[in-house]
Amino acid sequence: MATRTVIPFGPQHPVLPEPIHLDLVLEDERVVEAIPSIGFIHRGLEKLVEKKDFYEMTYVAERICGICSFIHGQSYCQAIEGVMKIDVPERALFLRTIWGEMSRIHSHLLWLGLFADGFGFESLFMHSWRVREKLLDIIEETTGGRVIFGSAKIGGVRRDIENLTLNRVQDELKKIEKQSQELTDVFKKDSSVIRRTKGVGILTKEDAIALGAVGPTLRGSGVSSDMRKLGYAAYPKLNWEPAVETGCDCYSRCMVRCRELYMSFDMIYQAIAKIPEGPIDVKVTGNPTGEYFARVEQPRGEVIYYVKGNGSKNLERFRVRTPTFANVPPLVKMLGGCELADVPVIVLTIDPCISCTER
Amino acid sequence: MAQMSIAKVVAKWALSRPATRLYPFQKRPSYKNTRGSISIEMDKCILCGICQKKCPTQAIIVTKATKDWQINRLRCIACNACVEACPKKCLIMENMYSPAVVVKGEDDKFHQADKPKAEVAQ
Amino acid sequence: MVHVEEQTLIAVDKSQIVEKSADFFKQGFRLVAITCAAKDSFELTYSFDKDYKVTNLRVVLPKVDPVLPSITSAYFAAFTYENELKDLFGINVTGLALDFKGNFYKLSMKTPFAPQPQPPVK
Repeated sequence: MATRTVIPFGPQHPVLPEPIHLDLVLEDERVVEAIPSIGFIHRGLEKLVEKKDFYEMTYVAERICGICSFIHGQSYCQAIEGVMKIDVPERALFLRTIWGEMSRIHSHLLWLGLFADGFGFESLFMHSWRVREKLLDIIEETTGGRVIFGSAKIGGVRRDIENLTLNRVQDELKKIEKQSQELTDVFKKDSSVIRRTKGVGILTKEDAIALGAVGPTLRGSGVSSDMRKLGYAAYPKLNWEPAVETGCDCYSRCMVRCRELYMSFDMIYQAIAKIPEGPIDVKVTGNPTGEYFARVEQPRGEVIYYVKGNGSKNLERFRVRTPTFANVPPLVKMLGGCELADVPVIVLTIDPCISCTER
Repeated sequence: MAQMSIAKVVAKWALSRPATRLYPFQKRPSYKNTRGSISIEMDKCILCGICQKKCPTQAIIVTKATKDWQINRLRCIACNACVEACPKKCLIMENMYSPAVVVKGEDDKFHQADKPKAEVAQ
Repeated sequence: MVHVEEQTLIAVDKSQIVEKSADFFKQGFRLVAITCAAKDSFELTYSFDKDYKVTNLRVVLPKVDPVLPSITSAYFAAFTYENELKDLFGINVTGLALDFKGNFYKLSMKTPFAPQPQPPVK
């Protein structure tokens, strides 16, 4: 009977972007089971509703996470608009879609870089982040900030983009699309990438549904489920289908994200062609009463926002269930039976955003 | 050969200009819309205090008695709420960031001077 | 155009929650979230999803000495949500398949979201 040792993985590790702790039980280089524990970045943001009124909570919701910041703000505004039954103008819906898809492109480019760094391919990591820099410049030109957009507002958006700027943005995005084509070719064909990711971290279709996986983790196992089909913002007017792969391993999850990258570019071009003229926000009066669940597709998966109001300026309860929180049980299942050297690759393949998980 | 795909990208960038900037000798130009820091035109200010109420981090303090307006630069998150709320439009969002400090100093204070009587008569 | 998702809410008693979840599991529903609101009593909402439609089950627990049976026999993934209920709210969940005994969330204050939070451990 081989001896078992327990090795701690994290909270500080060169491959992790944010701190999470895993206790790995090893039997001679093979992982038998993994036990997660969280709580290093808990800021108690849900308890802030007692002090700040529901307008100021938009600023708090945007700052839950740095990578998926705009979509958190958009989901909060959608949840409050659902409770108070507010009608958002068309142009604001299209602008939210354009910024949301730009946010998704920047998040996937960041993930591609971190994934390459996870198995040691550092030059690919640097090139991915070089391509992302141009996109951050576009975002700063249109919203004012590189990471925290500050454009979400209850009832619409806070600033407008003129049509001339939109055409210039489209030309720049075409150049970025060509440069990212070179990168995804490397991910698809390079032999070292294929050796490290094919056959690693298997999650079958039945396990994915039973354990509650969301996002590319679910779509890489053959289940077609994308929350953008629910019909919020301007998505019903655009022409697209969810990206699904049937490989069930790390390589197919990487391919799902590469395909979503090109889908996002295409959706932005369609939205710029169809955007109407009109106002960008609507005046909001009154206080929220009642409760509502809002579901939105973040780059990492499905996020669900629950708000409950009782007629006063402060909300009674505000709860966020982020996609990485739902992807922790599939991670524990995938780590059973793998080699110790594959642990960083599997942890990065669910795209962990721990500051979202613990708020 | 499968290694050729990354070799093409690496070779192209090794032979052209570097993608990085030689900071601090070359500074990065800001855009028109960048949210950098707040500045105020003190002549137009009526000391109503709406900016103090709208600030989410309580970085602005307005004292009507002594005609002072002060802002804590380290607390300000450049969210633009005060600029949108000001009724006299005297707050401006500059596109340069306030310089980095090594010691937490005092707030930036602005004082409204009394109008001289000769100008009011005209 | 107002986009509002349909919200179906069914009130259940806490003794029926285990068999109802097993029923949903057989029909192919996915567990989405377990939410808790704590004021005068604990209001738990279990959300299940199939084909983009969400169904909510609501369980109400008393404020003093709350006990809840676990649904990890049907949905193993619920262990994260139920450990979080134990650590943050102080609800006593019985029959957990993977019980962290209070160590899932490493915090300095025990049960901070409960109606009467305890002071930090020195």
